[in-house]
Amino acid sequence: MPEALPPSLIYLLGALLVPLMRGRLRQVFALAVPLVAFANYYLIGKGIHWRVELLDFELILGRADAWSLIFLHIFTVLSFIGILFIVRDNSPLDLSAGLLYAGSAMGVVMAGDLLTLFFFWELLTMGAVLCILARRTPASGRAAMRYLLVHVFGGVVLLAGLVLHLAAGGSTAFDKIELSGVGPWLMFFGFGINCAWPLLGAWLTDTYPEASIGGVVFMATYTTKTAVYVLARTFPEEPVLIWIGVAMATLPIFYAVIENDLRRVLAYSLINQVGFMIVGVGLGTALSLNGTAAHAYCHILYKALLFMSIGAVIYRTGKSKATELGGLCRSMPWTCLFCCIGAASISAFPLFSGFVSKSMIMSSAAAEGQVVVWLALLFASAGVFHHAGIKIPFFAFFSHDSGIRCKEAPLNQLLAMGIAAVLCIFVGAFPHAFLYPMLPNVEATYEPYTVGHVTDQLALLLFSALAFTLLMLAGLYPAEIRSTNLDADWIYRKGGPFFYRLADRSLNAINAAASRLFLGRVVKGIVNFFESGLPRVACFFMTPVWKVMGHDDARIEAERHSLFRRAAVGAFPVGVTAFSAVILLGLLTVYYYVSGR
Amino acid sequence: MEKSRLPPTLEPMTPPDSKERPSWFFQPKNVRRVIVGLFGACGFFFLLDVVFVLTGFDKHPHFQWEQWPGFYAVFGFVACVLLVLISRFLLRPLVMRGEDYYEKNSTPTGDKTDA
Repeated sequence: MPEALPPSLIYLLGALLVPLMRGRLRQVFALAVPLVAFANYYLIGKGIHWRVELLDFELILGRADAWSLIFLHIFTVLSFIGILFIVRDNSPLDLSAGLLYAGSAMGVVMAGDLLTLFFFWELLTMGAVLCILARRTPASGRAAMRYLLVHVFGGVVLLAGLVLHLAAGGSTAFDKIELSGVGPWLMFFGFGINCAWPLLGAWLTDTYPEASIGGVVFMATYTTKTAVYVLARTFPEEPVLIWIGVAMATLPIFYAVIENDLRRVLAYSLINQVGFMIVGVGLGTALSLNGTAAHAYCHILYKALLFMSIGAVIYRTGKSKATELGGLCRSMPWTCLFCCIGAASISAFPLFSGFVSKSMIMSSAAAEGQVVVWLALLFASAGVFHHAGIKIPFFAFFSHDSGIRCKEAPLNQLLAMGIAAVLCIFVGAFPHAFLYPMLPNVEATYEPYTVGHVTDQLALLLFSALAFTLLMLAGLYPAEIRSTNLDADWIYRKGGPFFYRLADRSLNAINAAASRLFLGRVVKGIVNFFESGLPRVACFFMTPVWKVMGHDDARIEAERHSLFRRAAVGAFPVGVTAFSAVILLGLLTVYYYVSGR
Repeated sequence: MEKSRLPPTLEPMTPPDSKERPSWFFQPKNVRRVIVGLFGACGFFFLLDVVFVLTGFDKHPHFQWEQWPGFYAVFGFVACVLLVLISRFLLRPLVMRGEDYYEKNSTPTGDKTDA
């Protein structure tokens, strides 16, 4: 049996080789990379693999256990779907960015120590930045820069935490860390920035809608879910995470209701779904951690599916705003169907994937007696159906007929969406087939399909739909308005320029003053000295001589003028040069005797 | 004639091409069918919940209030109405700015294209 390779290595090599190829070969190669990685996945046995010695540290590139393998599995599946979705345009930047991104995310989940984790963590940012740049618009260029700045800041926070943690005697082991002391807290927040915590996560809704249509599929999959994975390994059962998760699950849905850009609506609902996972990490029971892993798995599938369906709409119409879309169900029936499957999955309809994973987390919250958490999550469940489950398909494919008549999405995009849609339904209908056996805690069993659970969930969803319908008919539903809604990204998008202007005024004023002083005075003095210093010194000595020789003022002025002229062209008579040399020698002699004493 | 009109949210943005047959979803009688079907489904599940309570069917609840007839139905409805009303009347006036807010100095209100 052949040896398994580190999955990150396969993808990073692929990302490097893709730009060197051309035409059909490049497309086939890019699609082959995830397939090879998928075969490779089944060669990876449980245990520690691929140790590398670096200086005094041992880097572990492969820790294969139930936790890392379930994330590796969905990351691999999704990388194929994502590459298939973008393969038609055959853009080396898009394909390479996707493979780099996937490879670094797999590097993080397979990492066995914190240093390896940090390395791939930083690489993840590069993949995401390339995915945003791949949109190739001025706005995406600016968004990529903002993304880079936020994540470089997050990386520095994480690095500072890591260094302090190691300096305080902590180990490089990528295992549970006690949340005490500055180091672990900084690491906690470093992870939290990538996880899009409240106030720290505005980068997500700011930049995802600016990314390329394929890039955002990768972004929605890798960054936040690796952060969930890392938090589940390092800070499980941390009570503060429960409340962070509740805030993530509830607050963004209010924004989603009034947001006009459908990809931004999806970005808000992404944070809402990650909130459920973080609650699962915070509860830290066997069932809730299983719920986190299962929900990450299902979420990646349906969120990618939703982003792909809106991506296909953008591909054909160039529009993503609710005010500009509507009535596309006729032009793009398959895309519409896939979007509805994604919407049903995120809303946790029975037989769709969200149903079998989200309820694990809610059941654990109830079992732990967390009444407020449970009620908040139930509210978020109803809300997610309302804003993602109904709003996304309704405004894109139904609603007002925008008059747009376009072609159906291209075949490769339909195939990518089709695979994701089939998986959403299969996982939802048969959770025991392969999802539940992959979960980390085998002792925590769960059965989603009970009569009570199914009827309660259907009642919740149908009455949410009823509320939507009645509010629509009553004209109370907020009209779609072309607008920007302020979020925490205001702090750096408006605060950043303010800081820039402040720095500009203060630092550049110092700069200007220094410039005036040094360039205007000091340098000018030095230049003057070398240009006319010698004749000036010569004049200083010669003027008394000329006076003694009885020259009148006019003669002295003429002598002085000729001295300067000679200095400028370097043509002194031999006598003057010899006289200067004698004076210099005399001064040196005096200096010699004085210092000799 | 009055009865066959589309709900305001389904009115087309641009006048439809008269030669084109409207899509199934945009035919007024189908829109009404969908809405009536939704009302029916809501009624069915509400009654089912009542039947469960009357017959003492065990839904394995975690909390006592999950046993109340129609708890999930009422919760879902109230949650969504609150969500929409708070978003529209509380959040939007606070946070909404012009579409080009970050691109240049703009007016503080969005431009309404359709209401």
